[in-house]
Amino acid sequence: MSAMTMGGALNAGLRAALTADPKVLVMGEDIGALGGVYRITDGLQREFGPRRVMDTPLAESGILGTAVGLAYRGYRPVCEIQFDGFIYPAFDQIVSQVARMHSRTNGAVKMPITIRVPVGGGIGSAEHHSDSPEAYFAHTPGLRVVSVSNPQDAYDLLQDAIACDDPVLFFEPKRRYHMKAEVDTARSRPAAMGTARVLREGTDATLVTFGGLVQVALAAADAAADEGVSLEVIDLRSLSPIDWVALATSVRRTGRVVIAHEAPESVGLGAELAAGITERCFYFLEHAPVRVTGFDIPFPPSKLERHHLPDLDRMLDGVDAALGRPSSLAEED
Amino acid sequence: MSNTVAAPRASGTPDSDPALRGAVRILTPSGERTDEPEYGCQVADVDDEALLALHDDMVVVRRIDTEATNLQRQGELALWPPLLGQEAAQIGSARALRSDDFAFTSYRENGVAYCRGVTPAQLMPVWRGVTASGWDPYSVGMATPQVIIAAQTLHATGYALGLQYDGSDAAAIAYFGDGATSEGDASEALVFAATYKAPVVFFCQNNHWAISEPVTLQSGSSLAGRAAGFGVPSVAVDGNDVLAVMAVTRAALARARAGGGPSFIEAVTYRMGPHTTADDPTRYREPAELEAWRRMDPIDRVEKHLVSRGVLTDERRAETQAHADQVAKAMRDACIGMPDPDPMSLFEHVYAEPHSDIDRQRTRFAAYLDSFEDAR
Repeated sequence: MSAMTMGGALNAGLRAALTADPKVLVMGEDIGALGGVYRITDGLQREFGPRRVMDTPLAESGILGTAVGLAYRGYRPVCEIQFDGFIYPAFDQIVSQVARMHSRTNGAVKMPITIRVPVGGGIGSAEHHSDSPEAYFAHTPGLRVVSVSNPQDAYDLLQDAIACDDPVLFFEPKRRYHMKAEVDTARSRPAAMGTARVLREGTDATLVTFGGLVQVALAAADAAADEGVSLEVIDLRSLSPIDWVALATSVRRTGRVVIAHEAPESVGLGAELAAGITERCFYFLEHAPVRVTGFDIPFPPSKLERHHLPDLDRMLDGVDAALGRPSSLAEED
Repeated sequence: MSNTVAAPRASGTPDSDPALRGAVRILTPSGERTDEPEYGCQVADVDDEALLALHDDMVVVRRIDTEATNLQRQGELALWPPLLGQEAAQIGSARALRSDDFAFTSYRENGVAYCRGVTPAQLMPVWRGVTASGWDPYSVGMATPQVIIAAQTLHATGYALGLQYDGSDAAAIAYFGDGATSEGDASEALVFAATYKAPVVFFCQNNHWAISEPVTLQSGSSLAGRAAGFGVPSVAVDGNDVLAVMAVTRAALARARAGGGPSFIEAVTYRMGPHTTADDPTRYREPAELEAWRRMDPIDRVEKHLVSRGVLTDERRAETQAHADQVAKAMRDACIGMPDPDPMSLFEHVYAEPHSDIDRQRTRFAAYLDSFEDAR
């Protein structure tokens, strides 16, 4: 066990993966001498050399398309997309190539590509630096989508993602890069890919979220407890596939669910979660699932982001709605 | 500024085509083999017998193309992209490859596939709609053909980088068309390949038409000339001259193997048929243009040469035709006898490892199918 920031845990996870498998390559913009704009790859090029830790030209489609060719040749590329909003030039290579190559080749060609993406708001960034694009990728067959919320999961799930023979979108909430916690580097726990985790047990309602909002949800649960409301908090962790067993087990017990994410509401992951939970828990639900999300707007300028991003009070407003109490979300047209 | 839109210019006949001016040529349209000073040495070993073999390839591939077009017309294939007119470009380049080289192509490179060892029967299932890939890419050194325009130029570059890292002297080759040069991926591939000195050959078949758009709409300058801006050496070649194509491809491959990095080849050829069997080129191009290019037919010039050498006898010609007919018949039989895929194959290979969401859908669909009386 040692204390690490989430950024440090990601760095340690990359180092472990590079050490364990000579076919692992890390590639991206500014990841070499600079160590990445968030320093996640700090020191790795010095340690593993410029071939295994490659600075690339500023071309995201080029990074992913080249990674496809490297995977074709048996390599295991880990691509860093510098910011969430910069992933769209690579969208075609990701959804038309990376996601489909195994299927297209009837299983002959594997695409063990990990695409690391700093995501989300909360740090006062410029435009195109605060997006939450998970729904596009969770909607795409052939991709797995992981969202981490803490140093331990960052360390474990990054290595799981790299070792996975399928392509994985790996979302890192940039507002949590400096979050510090004890990390067990023994890798003795069972693989966590594809599973959600109950972070706090409760009885009155289930609060489901992922990534940067997990800490907000835990704080909201603390605040709710002060008012006598017992919230169960689930960190989804895997956005494709979704751990329906964990969700259904919880919601069947609590009868109420609040789903929170930073991305816009409409056709977001929350819609899928609400539908899937309703299908599985219809006779157990005391109230319709409630969504607390970013609004259906382009991510706003930083002085407005605190109004756009779900915070503790908006989550509690959602909990009130789920409990049938007065709430801004209580009545729908 | 005028608010009228300029009509696309015609693509150009061989006589007026700037792309052909100065293009490397060894075998003239009249069938004369010339001493090309720079590249002739690359094919000095290609004697009459070797040229007869290339001729055989071209005749067989054209026969495959005709048969596949017929199969589409008869409802046996959903679609077919003919390569009529591009036989020399595809066979001259593909026959320059080693077995450990790797080709990343678009959907029209059926001649390349034939040379890589893909059987004509394996060309059928994708266009019949029964599978997404007719072969295992690793078994022949050729990727499943790409439909997204220019995407494969990056895949070839990445694969070449892998070859470089592995210490191999094999090379990758990317096949794409004139239209693909407008895509961002083609430019990004040239940037990446030049930066890392990747052992990759960019083989552009300028067949003058991207469906209905003439090459003049894709570029204000020559395609080969564009490569210089990326720091990639390039050459334009008469794409209907199988010897010249083989010569420039061998030179580019030799550069790649020696660590010299990428090359760009513009093979100036002509798509004599439609874009696919769903296309009608009479809507957008002049019959005179097609007629002019017919006089540049890549098979005609090899035949003229081989006849003048006295090696393409009537007997040999009949043998070649018989071989081609036999290949076509085997392909037709394989196509018509091909069963529809099992419905449960829908779920195969979407993921390499178990995925609980798709696994649930598979289980449910199997139960649904089983619920029908006649399924039992």
